[in-house]
Amino acid sequence: MTVAAETTSKWSRRRRLTWARVGRGSVPYLLIAPVVGVLGALLAYPLYRLVVLSLQQYTLFELIQHKGKWIGLDNFRSILQDQVFWHTVLRTVIFTVANVGLTIVGGMLIALLLVRVSGWVRVLVMAGLVLVWAMPQVVAVQVWYWMTNYQNGVVNWVLAELHLGDLQHDWNATTFSSLSLVTLLIVWGALPFVAITLYAALSQVPGELVEAAEIDGAKPSRVFRDVTLPILTPILLILTSLSILWDFGVFVQPYLLINPSHIHPGNYLMSIYLFQEGFQKADYGKGAAISLLMLVIVAAMSFFYVRKMVKVGEVE
Amino acid sequence: MTRRAGWNAVGIALFVVMVFPVFWMVSTAFKPDDQINSLTPTWVSGSPTLGHFSDAIHKAFFWDVVKNSLIIVLVAVGIAMVLAFLAAVALAKYRFTGRKVFIVLMIGIQMIPGTGLIIPLYVVLARYHQVDTLTGVILVYISAVLPFSVWTLRGFILGIPKDLEEAAMVDGSTRLGAFVRILLPLVAPGLVATSVFAFITSWNEYIYARILLNDQAKQTVTVWLSYFQGTSRNVDWGALMAASTLTAIPVVVFFLLLQRRIAFGLTAGAVKG
Repeated sequence: MTVAAETTSKWSRRRRLTWARVGRGSVPYLLIAPVVGVLGALLAYPLYRLVVLSLQQYTLFELIQHKGKWIGLDNFRSILQDQVFWHTVLRTVIFTVANVGLTIVGGMLIALLLVRVSGWVRVLVMAGLVLVWAMPQVVAVQVWYWMTNYQNGVVNWVLAELHLGDLQHDWNATTFSSLSLVTLLIVWGALPFVAITLYAALSQVPGELVEAAEIDGAKPSRVFRDVTLPILTPILLILTSLSILWDFGVFVQPYLLINPSHIHPGNYLMSIYLFQEGFQKADYGKGAAISLLMLVIVAAMSFFYVRKMVKVGEVE
Repeated sequence: MTRRAGWNAVGIALFVVMVFPVFWMVSTAFKPDDQINSLTPTWVSGSPTLGHFSDAIHKAFFWDVVKNSLIIVLVAVGIAMVLAFLAAVALAKYRFTGRKVFIVLMIGIQMIPGTGLIIPLYVVLARYHQVDTLTGVILVYISAVLPFSVWTLRGFILGIPKDLEEAAMVDGSTRLGAFVRILLPLVAPGLVATSVFAFITSWNEYIYARILLNDQAKQTVTVWLSYFQGTSRNVDWGALMAASTLTAIPVVVFFLLLQRRIAFGLTAGAVKG
């Protein structure tokens, strides 16, 4: 009996403790509940719908009926058999590599330059970078559209003056030339963030390390490769993976700079392909399938970097 | 010394190239049409005009889209900040099961490309008749700015010394009292910084607004701006540049005020740990 009584009192004490703990313990859950709710409704649920939609025939008709027709993997089959899809994937991968490469290398060079210039030049360049960074994308596109229009764009004028091109050069004449222009616009817009972040990271490289290496007779290139670069690696990885994600899914710049009137399957990038198939043709099922494939490609492209980032985080 | 002069020259050249498009936008906005359309560019007009700004303001739907953008952005940012702040307090002040999962989700969500979810969001919002209403766009923008807002606010709250709060509690304040009187005023600058950042993100957004709002009177500034260029060969460049300048001004002003505070938020901790 005594044993039993002891057990009950222990139990009730424990239960009381637990309830108090639950009461206090539920506070953080109540605090995050609204965010979880909103993101569940507007991210998790759409993500689930994305998968379902990709397996359905869902056009304007079904949109009005609010009911898709189950067609299994037909959407994927039709996409994977579409030459345009494969060309678009290849074009977008090359485009992404070029954009990310130019952004990261350019940003690194600017950061290294910022360390070497006089104070007032640094302030000047920084101010310029921040101004460019602050420009809204859509605004930037309009300005570039104006600067490069073939009738009286200032870029053609400068190139003609330098005997590098002609006054009426049409930038949309070839896919290569129009996407090169889009690349310039994107890199121009992305450089400030990358350069300023890398400059901030550079200022955290211990001066003694660099000096020691220099005293030991290391050349500047060697100091950069063996001292500076390893310290910058984590931040470079983050910048690279962020840039991959942004550039692979880029929409505003190519869509508006090439201009909807010049967009055709020969110069599609992934997001534009998605937009044209999904919205212009009102084939939401196929659009969903394209989105899913796109998410898979992005995950594969950034997997290596994300894994490394997590590792770096764990070490720290 | 000469080497530094060389680097300085490179720096100045870089400045000129980077800033040129911004300069060209403003310069064009003030130029008379004959100077804009001439084959030889005029760098700075000797006879500046405000005509293009007046054209831009009097273009159809200007006041509608400004109003729409302001409503969408203010409501979305207002709601997002309240929700994000609560979650940020949970992350900064409490240890709880699932905390790590929540953090990973907040970071992971930001890796999803914006265009990836546009089809299902469109279909879902259409299902609940939220297409062509500002509410639909507001909901999308709330979810878009929440993850980074939670993350940044958490950083700001962590930056406040614990001693202050504890001191208040020792002095007889309740936890809530300490929170309202000590934490809130100290975190206010961080709250302002984060909301301005969210403001900029929402103000600049294009593709969701473009797809969710069909009625021209319901669209936002960025979508309105993109219709200037149209498909015709004779774009009104002066008005387009004036409208671009007007669209950019609020963002640039906010950005310049804020840049120091928020610039490294995205990557903060990556180097320092």
